[in-house]
Amino acid sequence: MEAVLLIDFGSTYTKVTAVDVTESRLLGTAAAYTTVETDVGEGLSAALAKLEQITGKVTYQKRLACSSAAGGLRMVAIGLVPELTAKAARLATLGAGAKLIGSYSYQLNEDDIAEIDVLKPDIVLLTGGIDGGNSEAILHNARMLSGCRTDFPVVVAGNRSCARQVAKLLEPKTSYIVENVMPKLNRLNILPAQQQIRELFLERIIRAKGLSREAALVDGILMPTPAAVMTAVELLAKGCPGQPGIGELICVDLGGATTDVYSIASGAPRRDTTVYKGLPEPYAKRTVEGDIGMRYSVQGIAEAAGYPRLAQLAKLPEEKARELVEYLAAHTDSLPDTPELDQMDFALASLAIETAVARHCGTMEEVFTLAGTALAQTGKDLTGVERLVLTGGALIHAKNVKEIAAHALYSTRQPESLRPMQAEVLVDQSYILAAMGLLAGHHPISALNVMKKELVSHGFAQSKNR
Amino acid sequence: MEKKKIVIGVIGADVHAVGNKILYHAFTEAGFDVINLGVMVSQEEYINAAIESNADAIVVSSLYGHGELDCRGLREKCDESGLRGILLYVGGNIVVGKQPFEEVEKRFKAMGFDRVFGPGTPPETTIAALKEDLGITD
Repeated sequence: MEAVLLIDFGSTYTKVTAVDVTESRLLGTAAAYTTVETDVGEGLSAALAKLEQITGKVTYQKRLACSSAAGGLRMVAIGLVPELTAKAARLATLGAGAKLIGSYSYQLNEDDIAEIDVLKPDIVLLTGGIDGGNSEAILHNARMLSGCRTDFPVVVAGNRSCARQVAKLLEPKTSYIVENVMPKLNRLNILPAQQQIRELFLERIIRAKGLSREAALVDGILMPTPAAVMTAVELLAKGCPGQPGIGELICVDLGGATTDVYSIASGAPRRDTTVYKGLPEPYAKRTVEGDIGMRYSVQGIAEAAGYPRLAQLAKLPEEKARELVEYLAAHTDSLPDTPELDQMDFALASLAIETAVARHCGTMEEVFTLAGTALAQTGKDLTGVERLVLTGGALIHAKNVKEIAAHALYSTRQPESLRPMQAEVLVDQSYILAAMGLLAGHHPISALNVMKKELVSHGFAQSKNR
Repeated sequence: MEKKKIVIGVIGADVHAVGNKILYHAFTEAGFDVINLGVMVSQEEYINAAIESNADAIVVSSLYGHGELDCRGLREKCDESGLRGILLYVGGNIVVGKQPFEEVEKRFKAMGFDRVFGPGTPPETTIAALKEDLGITD
């Protein structure tokens, strides 16, 4: 037996997962409160003690970790036009597993700089202009950023014609020049920037967040937790040499404060008569809905879906629904321990998934032309995706998870939204996705096999309003 | 000398793709750096592309007769977006029915277009105009 220990220093819980990689077997999982104020090691020791009760004494060949503790990897993304380089910068940032705390376009002014100083980002991604295109904005923005009092490294991924000049203007800030996130108009190139972000995370951020002592306990804190989940679902979809994946998929991580949606799918127009508009989106795409969450962001769900629908789905009077939403927002640690709260959580989870997946997917617009009807697509067409992976406490413990999941699918309520028509619902019952993303770097086949075994299928969900 | 950059595309709900491809090849062949937005292009898309690419000209095509409606306000939006003085061309079947070209040209020039080209204009004519207006000497 060769055992590997995988650790996720989460914002609330430190989760540990033990895997026997020779037999691709999950040995056990455990969790304890993260103790970031005192010593993160305490929480880890507590979790390991619990794990040992399940697995018995195990000698680990490797200990790998990811972290979203101490606020996660907090980033600001800057571009020129909101729909073009600024969007490319946002996609790069989110795809790298960072928390996007600020996004700016055009020329930064003094108020923006003051705001960035308050935000205190860990890293800033500075873009603007295609190669050989506009240089005025990025040069101006570099000059402005150099005046920030906060010390942060800047990843420069804009117009290559003036990259050196940008680095010079950014001084005394440390900067790292990588390929443009949009070298040609509407061509996305975010991997080099993401690679640089990941390296910075390893080199600087772990130390800056006071996690280096923990990094010494393990063989390295490799990436932010969302990047680990992204790696896991990418492996699950694509497979690896010698082992096929399960194909294109969407993954939803429903949390208390935010909802993350990942899609590993091309999303290209399905008919060659469809015209694609705007920036093509990445094959592996992550979006984060900061206003959609089961507790801290419960009001965001109600606002997005409206109280009448929330109440109807919860089978409660609207007054009651309002009262419960307020209660949950004030009592973020409450569990659905009454029938009313249970009904409410079902409605909240359903509408959270509906909103977050609809925002992630692209849209199709019918345009009437003299030559007949034409279809214009923006964003990813995920109607043909047939796997829906669900993770996060609210979904793992939900009773009617298939019914909740059906809300992620195509609906006549929003016929323009390109969500899957039908999908097999796979639930991350043992909460192992982040761990498997960590394992993927060293033992991809094992990580893939464990996921295939441990993700529980709840059958095919069908869109109800087709 | 650095290549001059031009943004091209077919405006509005117009799906005529063939002429657009011909223009793309002709302009590229003539030595321009061409950013082709394809068909069904909105005014905002031309402007956004011109900003990111620092383009020297926007060349708007329209073949389905609604060009007059689609093009209205483009110059003002360019001014608003900081693209003051950018060269604006329009060409194709840009109006409904058969109208005297001189009148059509007058109307589009009043809308802020620097050059207006009627139906059946060969690409060479537009290329020559671009070279003249952008100060390119062969």
